[in-house]
Amino acid sequence: MEIATPPAAASLAPRSAAQAMVPPSRFGDKAFEWLTLAMAMAVVLLVILIGWQLWRGSSLAVQKFGFHFLTTSTWDPVTEQFGALPFIYGTLVSSFIALLIAVPLSVATAVYLTELAPLWIRQPIVSLIEMLAAIPSVILGLWGIFVMIPWLRDYPFPLLKRFFGWTPFFSGPIYGTSMLAGGIIIAIMILPIITSVSREILRSVPNLQREAAYALGATRWEVTRIAVLSYARKGLFGAVILGLGRALGETMAVTMVIGNTPQIAASLFKPGYTLASVIANEFTEATTDIYLQALFEIGLVLFGVTILVNLIAQLLLKTLTTTSTTRAVQ
Amino acid sequence: MTMHSSRADNHTWRKIMNALASATTFVSALLVIAPLGLIFFHLLANGASSVNWAFFTHLPKPVGEAGGGMVNAIVGSLELLAFASAIGIPIGVLGGVYLAEYGTARANALLRFVADVLNGVPSITFGVVVYGLVVLRFKGFSAYAGGLALGLIMVPLILRTTEEVILLVPNGYREAALALGVARWKTIVYIVMKTASKGIITGILLALARVGGETAPLLFTAFGNRFWNHNLSEPIAALPLQIFTYAISPYDDWHRQAWAGALVLVTGIFCVNVLVRILTRGRTTSAV
Amino acid sequence: MVNLIMASPDPAVVEHVERPAELSPTTEPAPPLTFQVKNVSIWYGEKRAIDDVTLDIASNAVTAIIGPSGCGKSTFLRCLNRMHELVPKTRVEGRVLLQGEDLYSSTVDPAIVRRRVGMVFQKSNPFPTMSIGENVIIGLRLNGVRNQKFLNERLEKSLRMAALWDEVKDDLHKSGTSLSGGQQQRLCIARALAVEPEVLLMDEPCSALDPIATAKIEELIYELKAQYTIVTVTHNMQQAGRISDFTAFLYMGRLIEFGSTTKIFTNPSQKQTEDYITGRFG
Repeated sequence: MEIATPPAAASLAPRSAAQAMVPPSRFGDKAFEWLTLAMAMAVVLLVILIGWQLWRGSSLAVQKFGFHFLTTSTWDPVTEQFGALPFIYGTLVSSFIALLIAVPLSVATAVYLTELAPLWIRQPIVSLIEMLAAIPSVILGLWGIFVMIPWLRDYPFPLLKRFFGWTPFFSGPIYGTSMLAGGIIIAIMILPIITSVSREILRSVPNLQREAAYALGATRWEVTRIAVLSYARKGLFGAVILGLGRALGETMAVTMVIGNTPQIAASLFKPGYTLASVIANEFTEATTDIYLQALFEIGLVLFGVTILVNLIAQLLLKTLTTTSTTRAVQ
Repeated sequence: MTMHSSRADNHTWRKIMNALASATTFVSALLVIAPLGLIFFHLLANGASSVNWAFFTHLPKPVGEAGGGMVNAIVGSLELLAFASAIGIPIGVLGGVYLAEYGTARANALLRFVADVLNGVPSITFGVVVYGLVVLRFKGFSAYAGGLALGLIMVPLILRTTEEVILLVPNGYREAALALGVARWKTIVYIVMKTASKGIITGILLALARVGGETAPLLFTAFGNRFWNHNLSEPIAALPLQIFTYAISPYDDWHRQAWAGALVLVTGIFCVNVLVRILTRGRTTSAV
Repeated sequence: MVNLIMASPDPAVVEHVERPAELSPTTEPAPPLTFQVKNVSIWYGEKRAIDDVTLDIASNAVTAIIGPSGCGKSTFLRCLNRMHELVPKTRVEGRVLLQGEDLYSSTVDPAIVRRRVGMVFQKSNPFPTMSIGENVIIGLRLNGVRNQKFLNERLEKSLRMAALWDEVKDDLHKSGTSLSGGQQQRLCIARALAVEPEVLLMDEPCSALDPIATAKIEELIYELKAQYTIVTVTHNMQQAGRISDFTAFLYMGRLIEFGSTTKIFTNPSQKQTEDYITGRFG
């Protein structure tokens, strides 16, 4: 073993592992750590970059229109009058309609999937919801234009008009493309995310909560209502806010069905416009600098609002999603 | 006696409530998945007949001429995804490695938080930003700009999934490698990342499936193109973009093409999702 | 490389637990001592896990560390190859000398320490993405060895030393996780041996194994001590009695007693040791 071999042979096949192994270098470790740190910091830089670029791109418009940009409702590229109120209104109303439809359905579905459904049916439904989440916005919009809008125009809208036509919300002529259609399509887009986040939250409710209620002789639904839903309230609210964030920024599908008319009208049958839609539609047509600047400013408003909404959502969900970060060996 | 009967009534009432709750939530679940069924049905009904050989081999025909295909858009989408991957995968994966392996708990919580918030930023915002950064600067729409926009969207998605799957790798493997005198970075790359590779690939595939269907960030970056484009500094066609253009056009033949394109796109995305399902099968049983 | 002299350390030296710390560091006696641990204390943050432990570990012998769970056995074992440093906020005081060299000197790279002091863990952990063969030579590979002939040599030799060669020589391409629990643990031993360490640390290597697999590992430990210095942690007193030449009893981070296994088990000098050995606590 230890008998000396000729040096020539030693260079071909090392005698011992200690001889064969390359000495460790601290450079590799440092370099790799810095490289990964730089990449992780990229998310922070990206947020800053987005904010900075939107700010820079809209600075002239911000100077020229000031706060009035958010409060005036004339959007006329020809006379270079830019007020974003109709888009803000459209975004808020369509998102509100979407939440009105999506929240009860999603939360009820999440309750069904975690508490009430027979076990065998849970996974298939979850998979289907994941598939719905995977459908691109533009395809939902395509379906919206050619299937949903004609159907809404022919059946539900006339019914709504007949029974609720006396309210300002369902009065006036029915076009099909409308604020209501936009809200419905956004609802479909945000159903999966609210459902799956709500489901995660309900699943994270400790079983102890349920067992305590069962021990008192409660039925399944009572257990859900008393022990689960009240415990999960904060998290479910977070799920709804997260859904709101998605709704506010939803672009393609809503652009294809909302009618794209900058107006503030009480009737939900009338076309509307959203912040994201106006960017999608008019960005490439913006011929003058100030027009482009105004669109950048709309982007800035959209970015600011969605960042804020997502921030709130993440804070509400934080207790749930922060995985244990301790990597202690013991 | 009376007390007994009221108790029985109460019991019946509670049972009815229970059944009612089950029924209501069940109907809700049906309503949530109903759009999926309807969309599938209409995609097949309206699109299947137009998905033919020509669709995959021909360029779009000018207005008024029937037929033609979307081969340039399909290839364009793949090119955009390749370019997006070149940006999104290294940043996302290595950033995820940092969050899982290095850093202090507090700083990492903040980074994670920022990534989650970034995930919620509307995709059209990325289009606007890349327009300002690339299109305005280099005076033209380009495949580069489109790929960059998609790549940036991929970053937080991949970062979070990578971090999660790397944290799932049992510490015993790290220890075993380090105890052999292996450098930390080599342990991470050759042992930890290799062990988590399935999960990392899954995350990448899901991110690709997600941005592969994105339209909004491409509207004013990649812009679209009715012809072949092999020059990445020129506008390039993309499948979702083409579907959008055709869907809002006034021509019936284009509408048919839009349905066909949508069917192809959805099929592609679902194939990736099925692949992911196969990759992650048994994840719960085998730790990673 | 490996010290081939069968050591029979003078019990008087080894048993000297309360040895004063003022010995001059430069005039260390040469082997048969592999490790000289001098006044070592280890902190995890504010918590002191090891409290002023001084002991010598003899070459080519098996030293067992026993004690109730949470007494710091594992921490102590890990400080012998600096593995405890993986836990953030750890701090070591005192000195650990390996063949007279200070492991904690600022010029020493922990990676080098770990190449010289191999480790086998409680839970067998062959790398799941690698074959049996790759598992054995991965340490050499990742430490920069390219020579295929040498790798093949080490592969066979390590598996033979771990008494696994005959069982797996036709299945080297199969996954390491396809083996039985006991075989996996021997594969991990082979993996540790492949980088030719001088010492093998074993952290409860049999605690997850059935009696038959345990017997095999114990037999293996007995054979390996001809070439290696072995330090093992165990909570199984019978096992310590069967396999070890020297036994250290740790309690609440302090070294209560250290001496030849025979003495510790038949005639302990400390009351606490006797209580523990006879099962009165722990």
